Amino acid sequence: MSDVISFLQPREKVLARRSTIIADLADLLPADCLVHEPRELVPFETDAFVAYRRLPLAVVLPHNTAQVAAVLKYCHRYGVPVVPRGAGTSLCGGAIPQEDAIVIGLSKMSRILEVDFANRTATVQAGVTNLSISDMVGPEGYFYAPDPSSQLACTIGGNIAMNSGGAHCLKYGVTTNNLLGVKMVLMDGTVIDLGGKHLDSAGYDLLGLVCGSEGQLGIVTEATVRLIAKPEGARPVLFGFTSSEEAGACVADVIGAGIIPVAIEFMDKPAIEICEAFAKAGYPLDVEALLIVEVEGSEAEMEAMLASIVEIARRHGVKTVRESQSATEAALIWKGRKSAFGATGRIADYICMDGTVPLSQLSYVLKRTGEIAEGFGLRVANVFHAGDGNMHPLILFNANDPVEAAKAEAAGNEILKLCVDAGGCLTGEHGVGIEKRDLMLHQYTRAELDQQIRVREAFDGQWLLNPSKVFPLDGRPQTAGAA
Amino acid sequence: MSLLLVPTREDEAADMIRAAAEAKRSLAISGGNTRSGFGQQVEAQGVLRSAGLSGIVAYDPAEMVVTARAGTPVAEIEEALAENGQMLAFEPMDHRPVMGTTGEPTIGGIFATNTSGPRRFVAGAARDSLLGVRYINGRGEVLRAGGRVMKNVTGLDLVKLLAGSFGTLGFLTEVTFRVLPRPQDQRTIILSGLDDGEATRAMAIAMSLSVEVSGAAHLPESVRGRFLNATLPDGPATVLRLEGLAASVAVRAEKLISTLQSLAPISQLDAEESRVLWQEIRDVKPYADGTMKPLWKVSVAPTSGFQLVAALRLRAGIDCFYDWQGGLLWMRMESEPEGELVRHVMHQIGGGHATLVRASVDMRATENAFEPLPAAVLALQARIKSQMDPAGIFNPGKMARG
Repeated sequence: MSDVISFLQPREKVLARRSTIIADLADLLPADCLVHEPRELVPFETDAFVAYRRLPLAVVLPHNTAQVAAVLKYCHRYGVPVVPRGAGTSLCGGAIPQEDAIVIGLSKMSRILEVDFANRTATVQAGVTNLSISDMVGPEGYFYAPDPSSQLACTIGGNIAMNSGGAHCLKYGVTTNNLLGVKMVLMDGTVIDLGGKHLDSAGYDLLGLVCGSEGQLGIVTEATVRLIAKPEGARPVLFGFTSSEEAGACVADVIGAGIIPVAIEFMDKPAIEICEAFAKAGYPLDVEALLIVEVEGSEAEMEAMLASIVEIARRHGVKTVRESQSATEAALIWKGRKSAFGATGRIADYICMDGTVPLSQLSYVLKRTGEIAEGFGLRVANVFHAGDGNMHPLILFNANDPVEAAKAEAAGNEILKLCVDAGGCLTGEHGVGIEKRDLMLHQYTRAELDQQIRVREAFDGQWLLNPSKVFPLDGRPQTAGAA
Repeated sequence: MSLLLVPTREDEAADMIRAAAEAKRSLAISGGNTRSGFGQQVEAQGVLRSAGLSGIVAYDPAEMVVTARAGTPVAEIEEALAENGQMLAFEPMDHRPVMGTTGEPTIGGIFATNTSGPRRFVAGAARDSLLGVRYINGRGEVLRAGGRVMKNVTGLDLVKLLAGSFGTLGFLTEVTFRVLPRPQDQRTIILSGLDDGEATRAMAIAMSLSVEVSGAAHLPESVRGRFLNATLPDGPATVLRLEGLAASVAVRAEKLISTLQSLAPISQLDAEESRVLWQEIRDVKPYADGTMKPLWKVSVAPTSGFQLVAALRLRAGIDCFYDWQGGLLWMRMESEPEGELVRHVMHQIGGGHATLVRASVDMRATENAFEPLPAAVLALQARIKSQMDPAGIFNPGKMARG
């Protein structure tokens, strides 16, 4: 991919002190916490946004909050940038380092500290994977609701940094709605606790501000999350429509009728074909759009809800209705959807966009997305969370062709601008990172961005925490140390 | 207190704020003034009210999203929602009965104070429903934060920061929030005769079941008679609300009763009685007593609430009932606020936060209305405040004494 996205100039003063810094870190931490051989640094040079890579100065893998605090205090004192990292599944380059930065990886902090069923909370270290919480509490009839597609690998710390969502957030909300408290380390090494097992907080909602701040306000080391009693049952139904417009209108009518399914997923024809070829899920190939609607509750509740939803779908000329009759069938319906990204990767390189639009604009945005891609001579497949308007157009291209790669990136930017112009936003769940940083002024005015920047500076006046991310590099009131 | 500013346009409000900032003239921010007794006394040189910025700007029921100007009466919003079978999921409390205030609660005031009610413990607080705002910062700049879509991780979430900041960081001019379908049916299951500890255990069991309880409160004997015109069965009442499609409510009630029936005698309220009961719990009816006796709202882990109350009862005259599965305590003190004692015991049982919702002017002058914060957090808040409101003109002293 073309090098369109620029990084901050590494701080010369930091680079010049590289060996001293490494020696100092070695003094601060046990030997197994420090990685600095160039060869060993390679796994940390990028995250799941693989188009860009930078070797960090060093990587530290602390065991506890005190070690995180010691490293931050040191970096604060000497003006060394810090990039926090969970499992590195960020799709927007949120954990990509640069040459003058210390990566603080939370992978060793992966203990579940306490599960409290009576209060329905789990307190975990930041490096715990999302899915392992649900796995731990599942046998007792509970789960942790936010379910990003990467939940097998991604960590709670990363989920908090990105305010992650998932297919089921229509009913249960995203990370910020399920987070009760954190222990975090500020850039100067101060450890603070926000929230806890109780609801709401005293003072400003710093917990809400930290969630989704992409590692720029501090490093979360522990989190207390809300557990929810598992529903008795869940059942997905597959609907095939002859047009995207009808599918979109069906979604609006279901919600307008007062039914909140737990998930509504949308796939267009290219996505259906790609997923079916891979997953053999039995998706209909003679339709233009497909919805997977999942309801949950007792048998009687699901029956009642599904009857209403099917009735609404019929009004929109639904061509195929497939109710899952067994757990195997339900799993198969989801398998096609959940393997969309992997399946697409088999047939082409792609970039996955992440814009969000108001539901009333879905049909229009889908149509324009197709036109934009076509204008660049590219194909696009759409899979997304229709219930909340979070679109994921996959722009297909050939990464070995630099011209096509540049076109894909340009088409992606056009599509994101389209989402904003339609009343939506640049990113619904993947984050801004470095990927969408330079589009921020399309969504916000300079004054709005400046206000965010000033709030950021209340936490980290030297711009040491994840400094290349989220905010455009030009126009920052501070670019301290930029050579 | 002199100048009363009631702008009717956003740009007019911005001009007023800019002028105030230049003159370093402080402003008390208010909506309908129904929650004016909250927090510390604000001594300001002017009052800036949102009442002139009123009206629903956009409402699309199929998207479940409403945009309204900050000064819009909550009643107007609720009427529009009711016409479309929808509601505010967080069930905002009306503070007028306990505060003894008159006037019209505004939607901006709801979000500025992050006011929620009984459904909060499962459906989220006001801040969880708030998708976007237009606001004016202390420099007089008209800004937006968030948007009108449910998922948005574009930049810092200043929406959350502004929600519950009690007008100290910015002047809200417009709010965009998510609404939910109004449940078709509801009913309430009553367990009678449980003491506070037993009730806490019963509520935890109810929340562990897959029946989606949407209200869980415990009304000790001292307050039971003040709900539903004293028609609740004898003894303390532990009440559990179920909502949803009629068929679902019936199925869930059956399951809930069969699990809990060994614990206590069980009775039920139909939809209409249930609706009234939860509105009375929401508005803290037992303490809407026409007095200014100190009233605390304390949020702790659900299973700790009764321990806090038990410990306090040994040392102070209190009356109390529980919402949010036992984690929200409404406590009326017989004489003094006893803030130090309340907070001391609260920290002993695992922490939380205590807010003095009502007290006489004299008592408010000497008591911290909001939970005192650790030094590091306080410093952070002060830096944020100065980044949003550099001249310090909005509601000075409201959230922290001194």
